[in-house]
Amino acid sequence: MSAVEEQKQPFNPLLAVLAALAALFFVFPLIGMITGAPWGNVLNVITTKSSLDALGLSIVASLSSTALALLFGFPLAWLLARGQFRGKGLVRGLVTLPMVLPPVVGGIALLLAYGRRGIIGEPLDKAFGISLPFTLAGVIVAESFVAMPFFVITAESGLRSMNRRLEDAARSLGAGRMLVFRRVTLPLIWPSLAAGTVLTWARALGEFGATITFAGNLPGKTQTMPLAIYISQSSGKTDEAIALSLILVVVSLVVMIFRRRLSGSASG
Amino acid sequence: MLEADLQLRLSRLDLDVAFTVASGEVLALLGPNGSGKSTSLRALMGLLPLAGGRVVLDGTVLEDPAQHVKVPPEKRPIGLMFQDYLLFPHLSAVENVAFGLRARGTDKKAARERAAQTLARLGLEGRLASARPGAMSGGQQQRVAMARALVTDPKLLLLDEPLAALDVSTKTDVRRLLRDALRQSSAANVLVTHDLLDAVALGDRMVVIQDGGVVQTGTPAEVTARPRSRYVADLVGVNLLRGTAHGTVIEIDGGGKLTCAEPATGPVLATVPPVGVAVSRQRPEEQEPNTWPGRISAVDLMGDRVRVRIDGTPEITAEVPPQAVDELKLDDGGDLWASVNPESITVYPP
Repeated sequence: MSAVEEQKQPFNPLLAVLAALAALFFVFPLIGMITGAPWGNVLNVITTKSSLDALGLSIVASLSSTALALLFGFPLAWLLARGQFRGKGLVRGLVTLPMVLPPVVGGIALLLAYGRRGIIGEPLDKAFGISLPFTLAGVIVAESFVAMPFFVITAESGLRSMNRRLEDAARSLGAGRMLVFRRVTLPLIWPSLAAGTVLTWARALGEFGATITFAGNLPGKTQTMPLAIYISQSSGKTDEAIALSLILVVVSLVVMIFRRRLSGSASG
Repeated sequence: MLEADLQLRLSRLDLDVAFTVASGEVLALLGPNGSGKSTSLRALMGLLPLAGGRVVLDGTVLEDPAQHVKVPPEKRPIGLMFQDYLLFPHLSAVENVAFGLRARGTDKKAARERAAQTLARLGLEGRLASARPGAMSGGQQQRVAMARALVTDPKLLLLDEPLAALDVSTKTDVRRLLRDALRQSSAANVLVTHDLLDAVALGDRMVVIQDGGVVQTGTPAEVTARPRSRYVADLVGVNLLRGTAHGTVIEIDGGGKLTCAEPATGPVLATVPPVGVAVSRQRPEEQEPNTWPGRISAVDLMGDRVRVRIDGTPEITAEVPPQAVDELKLDDGGDLWASVNPESITVYPP
């Protein structure tokens, strides 16, 4: 893709050894997984009801929280990128806090806000009888809390780095605001949006700490794949844990490849 | 016909510029960087709201803050060509040109056909028309931008430094192409430039602006023959002096006297072409009227001539042949005598 030829680096043995070690560090766990997998038994393990339940929950919850991240995160990213209001830095800081916060801490904070005794959760429960903890909705809330910042940040940086004068050009050609957004802004920030969506979804899929703290670990109800894997592993069913893990590895690899295609075609 | 009276307050500039442009006419807005040229275009386009004044195009009021009238940019029958083209990087050349037609309601097929025709007229056909801007040369992108601005038949065409981004070899070709396109257009055309050659070659009339205000208007011939600002005088390459005439003697503001051939009275401007200034190391023996000493402050090579700036009363620039640099040891600096031939001085009212 890039036309510029890279300058040839002189060979540096120290650099090469350290880089090779770094690469191997990531390769070995994958090899370990492939060699340690109970290949004869994988299909049986992953087609048990509890495994399929966990997989289904994970897919539904991660896709839902990704959808919520797009719906609410994009307007937020738009305002952070283009709005002019006081306390913008503070808002950005708070929104991105979950990216650095340990997820378990996020789960505790969620309980204090949206739990049965939480500052929002209690009135919500009293007024409408809605209670989030230990429900699928709770899983989605926990995953959104942890994953949405990835979308907001990526979308905001896409909006910031696009040349806004192209929008002026479109308006000078007779396009109204909606048309400008649809035909110019959106296609130009598309690679950022795609990357942000994938990151958000991947983060939601892997969410563990906030989910188990806020939504619990109820099989068939709130037990997602990472939770099921952890439970299998800690109760001695290593084969099951590895088999379930393999599914997530495959899904992640597919998404990585898909993402490269997606952003590659949009920018090239 | 465009009647523009643009009054704007920005943090770095107060703009107050008024001009009219007839349909089919090209008005060149000439000024240094930061003088308010591009701001004027953005205001005409409606991208910057006016604080006062008004914009009327072919009898339709586009903006008048006193009457609370402001037609939004996308509703103005204006074509705008940007200095950096601002082509949409995700669309092909044809799609770029068709964009304005599509936005104004032409159906897809007809828009693409007209876009392709307009591009073909400017010499972009076949594979080039379906290429994206990123795969095109600067000159080709410039043509796409031109086609995109012209295809909607705007009543007002605004061109923001259309040739500034091109290298010298393509510039001449594209300037000719642009001149032909402007001659055929029935729009009122406003060309913003800081290049005197562009203004003279493309403009029917010139408005010179500086620090947000108009300093001179006229045909390119009038403006270049009788510059009213140091900025234009420098572009044309003449010395401009301001003073008060008493017959053939001009008392120059800031000191010094100059004797010219034609008598005048009152405040005047005078231009002295650098070739009309002779220099010598020694005081000339004959007592000529326009002779005064000064210190060499700059020596510049301009093509096959050398310009010497002499810091005296008044300050003046002389043009000498290159061998004079050696003969008079101009590189050493020091003092120099300047003599101005009275016949070479042009005097006119300010």
